[in-house]
Parts: sequence; C-alpha cells; structure tokens
Amino acid sequence: MPAIFPRSADLILKLGGLVVGAGLMSVVGLYGYLSHPKVMDTGYQPEQPVPYSHKLHAGSMGLDCTYCHFTVTKAAFSAIPPTEVCMNCHKQVKAKSEKLALVRASYETGKPVEWLKIHRLPDYVYFNHQAHVTSGVSCVTCHGRIDQMVEVRQHEPLNMGWCISCHRNPAARLRPAHLVTKLDWVPDRDAEVIGREIIAAKNINPPVNCSGCHR
Amino acid sequence: MSKLIQINPTHTGPQYWRSLGELYNKPEFRDWVDTEFAGGAAETMDKGSRRNVLKLMAASFGLAGLTACRRPEEKILPHAKGLEGFIPGKAEHYASSFTLAGVSHGILVETHDGRPTKIEGNEKHPTSFGSASALAQASVLGMYDPDRSKSVLAKGKPTSWKAFTDAGLSLGQGEGLAILSETNNSPSLTAMKQFVMGKFPKARWVEFEPVNAGNSTAGAALAFGPGVDAHPQFDKAKVILSLDYDFLGIDAPSTLPTRQFATGRRIGEHAESMNRLYITEGQFSLTGAMADHRLRMRLSEVRSFAMQLGEALGVLPTGLNILGNTDKKTKFLNALVKDLKANQGAAVVVAGPRQPAVVHGIAHLINQSLAAPVLYTKSAVGGEDPIAGMKALAEDMTKGAVSTLVILGGNPVFTAPADVHFSEALAKVKTSIHLGLELDETAKAATWHVPQAHALESWGDGRAVDGTVTIQQPLIEPLYGGKSAIELLAILSGAPSVKGYDIVRGYWLAAFTGDKEAAWRTALHDGIVAGSASAEVKPGVDAGRIRAAAQNEPKASGAGIEISFYPSATCFDGRYANNGWMQECPDPMTKIIWGNAALVSPKTARDKGLADNDLVKVTVGSGSITIPVRIQPGLADNALWLNLGYGRQTIGRVGESVGYNTYPLRTTAGFWFAEGGTVEKTGEVFPVATTQEHHRMEEPQLAIGTPVTRPIVREATLEEYKKNPKFAEEMVEHPPLVSLYGDWAYDKGFQWGMAIDLNACTGCNACIIACQSENNIPIVGKDQVMRGREMHWIRMDRYYTGTDDDPQAVTQPVTCMQCENAPCENVCPVAATVHSPEGLNDMAYNRCVGTRYCANNCPYKVRRFNFLNWHKNITEVEKMVHNPDVSVRMRGVMEKCTYCVQRISQAKIQLKADARRAGKQVELKDGLIQTACQQTCPAEAIAFGNILDPESKVSKMKKQERNYAMLAELNVKPRTTYLAKLRNPNPELA
Repeated sequence: MPAIFPRSADLILKLGGLVVGAGLMSVVGLYGYLSHPKVMDTGYQPEQPVPYSHKLHAGSMGLDCTYCHFTVTKAAFSAIPPTEVCMNCHKQVKAKSEKLALVRASYETGKPVEWLKIHRLPDYVYFNHQAHVTSGVSCVTCHGRIDQMVEVRQHEPLNMGWCISCHRNPAARLRPAHLVTKLDWVPDRDAEVIGREIIAAKNINPPVNCSGCHR
Repeated sequence: MSKLIQINPTHTGPQYWRSLGELYNKPEFRDWVDTEFAGGAAETMDKGSRRNVLKLMAASFGLAGLTACRRPEEKILPHAKGLEGFIPGKAEHYASSFTLAGVSHGILVETHDGRPTKIEGNEKHPTSFGSASALAQASVLGMYDPDRSKSVLAKGKPTSWKAFTDAGLSLGQGEGLAILSETNNSPSLTAMKQFVMGKFPKARWVEFEPVNAGNSTAGAALAFGPGVDAHPQFDKAKVILSLDYDFLGIDAPSTLPTRQFATGRRIGEHAESMNRLYITEGQFSLTGAMADHRLRMRLSEVRSFAMQLGEALGVLPTGLNILGNTDKKTKFLNALVKDLKANQGAAVVVAGPRQPAVVHGIAHLINQSLAAPVLYTKSAVGGEDPIAGMKALAEDMTKGAVSTLVILGGNPVFTAPADVHFSEALAKVKTSIHLGLELDETAKAATWHVPQAHALESWGDGRAVDGTVTIQQPLIEPLYGGKSAIELLAILSGAPSVKGYDIVRGYWLAAFTGDKEAAWRTALHDGIVAGSASAEVKPGVDAGRIRAAAQNEPKASGAGIEISFYPSATCFDGRYANNGWMQECPDPMTKIIWGNAALVSPKTARDKGLADNDLVKVTVGSGSITIPVRIQPGLADNALWLNLGYGRQTIGRVGESVGYNTYPLRTTAGFWFAEGGTVEKTGEVFPVATTQEHHRMEEPQLAIGTPVTRPIVREATLEEYKKNPKFAEEMVEHPPLVSLYGDWAYDKGFQWGMAIDLNACTGCNACIIACQSENNIPIVGKDQVMRGREMHWIRMDRYYTGTDDDPQAVTQPVTCMQCENAPCENVCPVAATVHSPEGLNDMAYNRCVGTRYCANNCPYKVRRFNFLNWHKNITEVEKMVHNPDVSVRMRGVMEKCTYCVQRISQAKIQLKADARRAGKQVELKDGLIQTACQQTCPAEAIAFGNILDPESKVSKMKKQERNYAMLAELNVKPRTTYLAKLRNPNPELA
C-alpha cells in the first residue's frame, strides 16, 4: 500500500505538536501569571467619586490616620469615616469648593458618599485590624505609603501566601504600637531585634492554622 | 493474625433502635445503612448527562477567563452622620421580647449593622435566664420571609395605606363592631383596649388562640376562684407526676420548666439524689422520653386516672366514674401513691393543657394535700374562655349582628374550630379588617388586609408566665411599612398618638414612679420592667367544687378511635409554616420533617391493617380529612394523633401545601381530643419524610447476619450508678489503643472541649436552630432531605429501647466531636481539613474540592456536603439574616460543626487586644466563649471551654464518673464527651 503522507509529514506532525503544546503551556502560564494577585490586584487604583488626596491630608498636613479611621484600634474593620468627619473641617475650610460638592450633598441629604473599595479580601477571609495594630503592625505594612498617594492604590498583593509569610515570621514587621500610624518611621536599630523584643513582651503568636483567618 | 489488634470491642448494655425498620431489621433499613451515601445522595438533582456537564465545564472555563480580567467593583457606604457608639461590622445586642400564644419571653437580639440576625435568651429575664426556644429563635427568619404581606389589600386587591385611611369607617358608638385579638398579654395593648372600648362602648372584644391554656385557667378557677396562676417549682420536687403535660416539650409555657427539671435531675460529684418523673400520656412526648415511669393511655382516660389517684390519696370520695383497671395500671398507681405520700412537701402533680378543667382541679387539690412546691400568683393574663368567646362571636357574625370585624393578628379562617364555620360567618360581615404578617387564608377572605409589623420591627410589651413585663424594642424599621396591633387600634379609634413608640413609652412613663426616664431606659436595657412580676398569693382550694365537678365529669366511652390534637413542634399552630428553619427541623420524637402524619401505635396499625405512608380517611363527627399514617412506638392504642399547623394552602413558597390540614376535624367540643373516630384506608400512599434513620453510626458486621450495636448512648439506673459509677466507660472493653501517627501533646494555650450531659438533655431542638442561625446553615427541602442531604451541623438522635409497643426513649445531640486523631483529616487529599493547635478540627472551605472522603471516614457521621448551591435561589431579603461572621458555603464544599470558631476567634482577638493595651497577660474567664448550642440550651446540658483549665465547667464535667467518649474504641480521641444518662425508677415498679 503506497504511503499517503510523505516522510517529511512526521517532522511536521512533531513540530506541530510542539507548537500546540508550547502554545497551550504559555496560555496556562500567562493565565496563571496574570491572575496572580501580585499582578492582578497590586496597583489597583480606581477613581474615587470625591478627589480626596491622602497625600495632602495625611502627608502634607500630617493628620493622623486614626483621626478619620477611628475604628481601626477597636474593631475588625477600619471604617471609612462618616461624611460628618469631613465636614468637621470643611464647614469652614474650602466650604464652597467644587470638589467637595458630593460631600456637602451627602451631609445635607443624609445619603452616603459611594466610595470604591480598594483593599478587598475574599468573603471567607476574616481580617481584623484591631488585632494587627495593637500588636504593632503598621498601616504601611499592608497599605504602603498612603501619605504619599494622591489617589490610593493597592500596594501589596494581599494574597494568602503574602499574609502567611508574615504570620510565620512577624519579627521584622513589628514596631511599638504607638508608632503604627507613623508611616515614615525608620527603626533606629535592627528591626528584627525590636520585633523580637515586642514578640516577647506582648506574647505575640500569630495563627497559622486555617481557623485563624477562615471561619 | 492473632497478634493483630482486634478492632471489635465487646460491650454490655441494652440494645437501642431508632426506627421500627431497624427493630424489625427490614431490608429497606439495611439498604439505607449499608450504602456509603444515602440513596441518590451521589446524584445531582437535574438529570444532566456527562456530555452536558463537560459542555458546561468548558463554557465556564471560558467565562472564568473573561471575568477574571475585570475586578468586581465594590462600594463602601459610610453613614452621612456618625452614630454614637456605632462601629461598622461589630455586633450589638438589644433586649426585647418574643410573644407566642399570649406568653412573652425575654430575648436578646443580635444585630449586625442594623440587621437583626439572631435571637438569644436574656440572662436577666426570669423565665429565659439566657435560653431561648427553637420557635423563639426561628422568629428572626420570619421577619425576612420574602412572602410576607407587603401592601394593604382591599377585597384581595393591592391598594395603598391612604386608600385604607380614606375609606372612612363610621363606627359610631361601636354598634356591630367586634375586635378579635390573639391572647393579649400586653399592658399597653390592654390600655389601648380600654381607650377603644371607652370610645366605642357598644363594641365587643374577643380573644382567640388555637393553642391556648383555657383548660388550665379554668382548672385554676375551679380550684381557687378566678385570677390565680399556679407555677410548679420542678427544681424543688423529688417526685413529679405529669397528667398528659409535656412541660419539657411543646406544652412548655417557657423554657423555665426545663431548666428547673434539669436542676432537680442533676447528679454532680456530690449530689446523691435526683427527682423521679411519672407520666401518663397518649402521645410519646419529650417529657415521656425523660420519664422514669410512663403509662400509656388515651387522653379521655387520663381524667379517670386522676380521679382514681385522688381517691387513693384520700382527697376525692370513692365511687367516681372509674374505668377498668389493668394490672400494669394498678401497680403503677399503687407505687405512685406510695411515692407521692412519702414525699410530702416535695411531690407535685401537674396537668396538661389538653386535659379538661377537672383534671387541673384534681391536680391542685392533690398538690394542696401534699404541700407541693408550687408558687401561686395573681394571673398574668385575663381568664376568658377563648373557645366560648370564638363560638359566640361566630354565631353573631352569622346572624349579621357584626357589621365591622377587626382581626388583630392570627389566622382564624384557618385555625378556628370547624363547627363555628368561621369563614362562612366572615363572609356575612360587611367590613372586616385583618391585620396580619402573611397573606394568609384570613387576609384573602377579609374585605381589608393591613400588613402587620413583625415583633422585631415594632414597639410593644408583654408579660411572661410569671407576669414579668418585657418591652418589645424594634431592631429595624418595618420592611414593608407594617403596623402593629396598638398602632392600628390607635388609628381606628383616633387616639392622640398613633406611633407605637409614643404609645408604649407614654404608657410606661405614666406607670413608673420616681425618675421615670431612667426607669424606662433601664427597662429597655435590661429587658425586664423591675418589680412587674405577679404578686404571690396563698389561695385555698375549694375541694367541694372540685369533687362536684369530678362527679359530673362524663366518663370516657371508649368508642372508636380517639382523635387527639397537639401543636406541632415545628409549625406550632400554623404560623411557622413558611419558616424554612422550622419546616426542616425534625419533630423531636417522630423525626418527621417537611410535613405531618397521623400517628398510630404499632398495635392499632396491626389491628387496622395500616402501614407507614398509607393515606387514610379520618372521620370524627361530621368532619373528615385525608392524611398519611406513621406508625410510632409507644403511643396509646386505639388512638390517632394529629398535629396542628400543617397543610396551609395560602401562605408562601416554603409552606404551601406542605403536610395535611387537621383543623377540619377540630371542633369546640372536641378541641383537644374526641372519641368515636374512624380510620379507613384509601388505598393510596404519600411518602412522609423522616430523618430517624439518617446518619446512623453504623455498626461493624462481625459475621453476616449478626450486626452488633455499638453502645452509642449509655444509660443506667441510679442504683446501678451508685454501685458502679464508672459504668459508662466500662460498657466497652477494648484492647490498648495505639495510633499509627504520633500523638500531639495539646498541652499549651487554650484547648477547647465540650461535654454534653445526657441526663439533662431533653431533646427540645433549641440547639439545632441556634446553630442554624449562628452558622448560616441552609435549608434543602423535602426531596433533598429524603436523599439524606440535610445540612444541620448538630443532629438530635433519638433512640428507643424495649418493645415497640411500650419503649423508653433517649435523645442525644451529636455534632462534630473535634477528634484529636481525626479520621477525616488523613483522608483529605487537599488538606482542607486540618488540626489547629487548640485542638479544633479546622475546615477551610475555600480549599475543599468535594471528594467527600472525610464524610465517608467520619465514624460519627457529622460532616455535611453541599450537594447543590443551597444559597443560590434565595432572595435578597433572606440574605439579610446571614451572620456576616461566618462564611456562606457554596456548592461542592464540605462543612461541619466548628465549635463556633468565629466566636472563639473574636473573643480571643478582643482579649488579646485588651491585654496588650493594658500591658497584661491574657486571661480567659470560663463561660466568656459560649457556643451557640450551649448558650441557648434550657437544660444547661452543654458545657464548652478550655479543658486545660481545671476550674472550667467543661473540665469539671469531664471529670465526673459518668463521662464517656462515644466510640472511644476507635482511638479517635474526641474532644466532645458525654455524661451518661441516669434514670431513677421506683424499685417497686422494677
């Protein structure tokens, strides 16, 4: 029986297989890379309805983080403040500014300003701000230099591997609890040493078992 | 081979069975037990082929790729104005009241960001002391019922509230005006009633409740004259006789009797004695299951038993209408009389709501002669006869004497006795206004319907059985603009203030003395109005009146089948029919779920040739219904039991056409039971779902045909216990246990453990609903339950022992045992279930791929698999009841009891943060962390805490000699252990 395909067809078949295989692998690889939180979530910077600048308020003017985010030390959520907090100052300061129209409207009508959530964890993760700030984990560790951001963006991937790396080895990321909101704080000696002292003093023992964060 | 460890332990003790199928070892039962997952449990509901599944998979992968490109946008909506003390995401608790059938209960309502999510007991309340019944807890789901009435209806057509107020009722002096209310126990509603009756002096006020305490009120009036309530002190009693009174179950006026009974039954390290409970009843109730001696009899025979007892105790004359005696009855009676006499001052006789007034009278008479521990107080509520009131009203309505009828809550078209023909009577009323939560049968029949505000949405108040008043605080604005009963009355009568808050607050500010505002705030905060309990009285019994009544009481005819009614433990009188939690909560004794059945004893079934699920026609008097049959062990012979509340036709997506309506058989004369009924087979069958054979802890088959029942639940008599306190542990002999895996020390920090006292547990199901509410447990529906897919994390096992005609019963709650050597963990291929350093068997839902190996390997059968996405088809409003502190699980994920890990985590975080701020060491007070089941248990049967703390309650319980680990022979080292049950039988009846 004569051959239907020439001998060279073997090579084409092999090469073709290789190309398809490589193509598939790169699609899977690309998918994996692109969907990794480090790539997909880090840098997320939506435009907020009100052009609030953290750089101006927390950076230049030096407002403490907890002036607005006052539930951070006593609750799981570090809540966005009620409009009233904005109006504490803006009744006098820039009281007629165009940029603040939405804030004034909210204050007058009682309807909330619809802020966009940036730092978002999956629903099955129960992060608790209070537990972290009272232990001495600074805002900057998870949120970056907010005081230098005009529009806030996500600075860290906030994925489980990232969380757990710190839970396994918290020493380098701890500081005295009263300094957690000092985003530009630089340790005067080895951070690891300071961290180990804090761990010993406060008996810090971050959970690494599932129910530590998943309920 | 002989060197291998023998895994089949030997044991002693009685044989327990859960169903008649098991007792008779029917092939259907073996099939159910032998399959890995119950029949059909491995198939999905839709009949999708493999090809379809692959297609769907391909499509969903494609879509996954697309959606992953865009991150879902989430918004944060802070308040515009700050609220003092409000912290987003932090749960708050408010004291309020839950009212059922004219009795209020103190509750605490947990709210998350303004949404009430869970109901708990109020520790400060004298009849709650921190516990809440299943029905009280499930009422929060009722508020989020998507089928609730949402708008005013005029002749069944939706219209506006304005149209109703503009309709201009001319009520004049109240001629032809009648107001039909549910049992009123509210001081402010009583004040409103007085205002309305002052304005319309010719109007009439009638109260009706399908499940009422009319007989016991009449009995107290017979004994003491009107206005006296008797409260038996079960904790102070050594001997208790219940005359058909399920005071631990569905007849309980509050959770207090359970608490008191458990107190009198508690055997501690030092306590030597426990109470003894006798019961005569027809149905096998939870109280009957707890009883040391139980005498089955038809309800119509209980009165003659009471008279016979009265005679024997010398408080009634001889020669009354007494039915024939059997040997068993004579022996029971003689031993009982001796026991009661020997325990003067510590023996009490109680009668149930189904028994006529004379039985209650005799009980009061006996109690007086025994100096029984009973507290007498002034009545908390009025004493009108609800049945007579309803009958007279319906007669006048039929005659046309009522032109305007205002129905304040309730569903009388469905629940009124059949012989008053309420719906025909209602059709004769020119204007009828129905205030109701649901679009029920009455809402459809009335000319006007006004949506009612739920108790969690409106201001009110109510009295508990002891008279204590609790203010009902709303937790949320009415979801559908409903009105409360006081608000509707205020509007109709043109009262000066029409807002619930103003009316209730106004009433109480006028009632308080001293600093009124402070008293009001304290009452709101504490959930009780100080000093509002009814005053104690010392009434004398009118023996002559009781003797005369006993003489005139008709004798049971013994004719035909006795038809008896009892409120459903799940639907109550029908008001819970659209409540998924209750529909899916198995009946405590029959384990019937999503429906009801006519219960008959095995002997009666044999006599009449009936089998399970046979549809029968039940006739009594002029009424007849069709209903399936369920053969239930331990019932009185020649009787048939029907529960109320099922078979609603006009209600909503959950309860519509579930079960069979039994009200058509209920008449004013045969309100609770009627003799002379007949049962005929129709030849058809209807499957009744029951969970009694589900999740059986399967026994090893030693050789074919010789199943060995493991001693799962263990009990002994008090005498046996005194002889050998360690009987429970010694019931199983097994070789030394060795594990292939290294043992973990678990000797640091907190080590969580649980102990469950089977001697206290009554099987009331409160823990099941507490768990469901706390842990976002879905409901799955009848079809799925019949496939063994119910999702409850805690199940209440009920075992029988003895003959099918007259067995004893035991209940046992079973949850995840948090084994230290957990068999589920080493079969999970993805490490989705692993151990925590605190001894918890953690479950990471987001890791689970759904192999179900863990459930297969679990000896306790406590793991539950999400075969379908149970949360998919629920409405937005139903999602509001979810506890945000617990993940809502999705399809393909395994779940199980976590020991309420969310509560543990939150408490630990708070304790540590507080300790760090104060610069102190973390100190955990025992009892600070409570699991939901433990918190609500009225019997205090469950203890949870740190087992390394020798002072914790759980450690102390585990040190008791009755402590045993279920299936310890498997070397799984469960963290939950049980304290064996004890019974205290009378040696004379042994």
